[in-house]
Amino acid sequence: MIAILRAAAQFLIILALFGGVAAFANWPVYRQTPQGTAVIMVTFVHGADRKAACRKLTPAEIAKLPPNMRRTQECPRSRPPLYLELDIDGAPALRATLPPTGIAGDGPSRVYERFVVPAGAHEIAVRMRDTPRSEGYDYERTGRVTLTPDQLMVVDFRAESGEFLFR
Amino acid sequence: MIGAIRKPLRYGFELIERPFERVFGPALNPLAQLGALGFFFFWIVAVSGIYLFIFFDTGIEQAYQSVESITNDHWYHAGVMRSLHRYASDLMVVMVATHLLREFAYDHYRGARFFSWLTGLPIIWLLYASGITGYWLVWDKLAQYVAIISSELLDWLPIFGEPIARNFIATGTLTSRFFTLMVFMHIAVPLFLLFLMWVHILRISRPKVNPPRTLALMSLAALIGVSLWNPAVSQGHVDLARAPVEVGLDWFYLPLYPLTDIWGKGAVWAFLGAFSVMIGLMPWLPPLRRAKAAEVTLDHCNGCGRCAEDCPYEAIRMVRRTDALPFPTQAEVNPSLCVSCGICTGSCPSSTPFRRSEELVTGIDLPEYSLKELRERTRETAAALEGPGRVLVFACEHGAGAGGERGVVPVPCVAMVPPSFFDFVLSRKLADGVVVAGCAESACFNRLGVTWTQERFTGARDPYLRARVPRERIKTIWASTLEVARFERERAAFAAEIAALPPPVARKAQPSAPAARTPAPDRVPEGTS
Repeated sequence: MIAILRAAAQFLIILALFGGVAAFANWPVYRQTPQGTAVIMVTFVHGADRKAACRKLTPAEIAKLPPNMRRTQECPRSRPPLYLELDIDGAPALRATLPPTGIAGDGPSRVYERFVVPAGAHEIAVRMRDTPRSEGYDYERTGRVTLTPDQLMVVDFRAESGEFLFR
Repeated sequence: MIGAIRKPLRYGFELIERPFERVFGPALNPLAQLGALGFFFFWIVAVSGIYLFIFFDTGIEQAYQSVESITNDHWYHAGVMRSLHRYASDLMVVMVATHLLREFAYDHYRGARFFSWLTGLPIIWLLYASGITGYWLVWDKLAQYVAIISSELLDWLPIFGEPIARNFIATGTLTSRFFTLMVFMHIAVPLFLLFLMWVHILRISRPKVNPPRTLALMSLAALIGVSLWNPAVSQGHVDLARAPVEVGLDWFYLPLYPLTDIWGKGAVWAFLGAFSVMIGLMPWLPPLRRAKAAEVTLDHCNGCGRCAEDCPYEAIRMVRRTDALPFPTQAEVNPSLCVSCGICTGSCPSSTPFRRSEELVTGIDLPEYSLKELRERTRETAAALEGPGRVLVFACEHGAGAGGERGVVPVPCVAMVPPSFFDFVLSRKLADGVVVAGCAESACFNRLGVTWTQERFTGARDPYLRARVPRERIKTIWASTLEVARFERERAAFAAEIAALPPPVARKAQPSAPAARTPAPDRVPEGTS
């Protein structure tokens, strides 16, 4: 009888311990952002225009090159950084200089940023320079979006069409 | 510094383990079976995983649907298997974490034990990688959260050209092949984990990879009970247009994920790196002061192999004889594995204090605490005993008895004391009774010291305690350093019992018990002559 009671006590202890483990297997719930908010994510991969940094070779420089390797301009391997701006409701949310990736700096620049905003209507403006110019922008888009709670809105960029996408 | 952390932690473990030991008994105490339970839960995860794979579909849309079908339509078999798979995985994390803390608390990670400690580190990494890839496969909201945060963490490292996390923020970027890849990883990583679990126990003699059957059955029954009470369920289909901002997290596998929001990804990587480096360096912070390894004296070694059989650390092996004695093998000690516990000395048939030879030398001995020194200490300590119930204590230096002031002969492990010593003490009337005071029964510092001592006393293991030794005059007390009061109480009670016994009758020499195999031919124990 004592052996049975002892075995029952042992089983109940194991059961309680395992029950505790099972409870913490999906509780308490974790909330990443406050209630009633949405997420705007700016993310894309784009290589800055390397051609813009090309330099025309002088006739003397061209003449120095072997005949079979003569070219009219020299383009550096590395890419210039991108410059990106994001405004949400007229307020600057992001001002970033995005360096190229890769050890030689010849890979595309990339961005992956998240902004938590209250759900509702928002004015979004995004601008980017991918050439070495210091004034103005090569691409820009503004738009009004209405976000529901927990919605994820992505600001993407398509280099093929040269436009920002709001989706 | 590390000692200051270890001491209270050990105190905490002792505090929990002793009640567990009372309820479960030493053999079934789950806290003494953490490694074995880890293996047991791994096998449950493996078997349930294979079963679930029969029903799982790796299509981008079908993955979630198949898991839902497993959970709802086939809840009575596949659904239970899913819960077993999940909760056994969680329990494996609990076992690994508790095992790590306990080995640290009991200082079982330095010196010769560094290898098991170090190989435990990649096991932790692979265990987490296995679990995280598993959560990915369900393709519910939690999977989306795990996918995004895991990719963001990987993207933080300057390895990938394009952020991987971009695959999980819009529809159309993922294909079914992605799930095929994840399934492959979810099988390959645990296989590699199993390989490392094998490496982890390579340098341990008689590793416990299976818990006692009763404990295993109770654990399985409890797991099934918990699976029926709280079945593992999905958290809704992935919706890439919505952020997975509210999820029921598995706090055993994913506790660091919320920290990426609080600390940032760089800090989480720094934490993981610092944790790994710290675990990797701990065996040498500070290094264990190691006593000199056991040494073999070939003139007294007949190659019986008992020392190699009993060594808990695989530090002794039998090799071809190198001298002229007519035995095929001899013992050889690997000093890098030896912890100088002395168990080999206790197992050697040449280790008998009755021997007439002037220099007491045995087949295998500790240079810093020889058998001769043990006999001298025994005599000196016994000489100081007074009164009617003179009790001599052979105390493990890691147990409750080591702190005793009078009548105590400390030893690195009680199994270092050959049974003939107890015979010696009683037959020579050095004391009226002998207490063998070891560590707590389920927490032997040298793993097998308690077991070997018990088996030698019951005649189940060489060298036996001879039948002629009066058992009523020998008592074993297994007590941790927290149980000094109990130890003293039991010792006092035993001394009173001994005092009440009639004086031992002088006896004639008797034939030896079946214990001893042929000792070295030129050494004849005095007690048998």
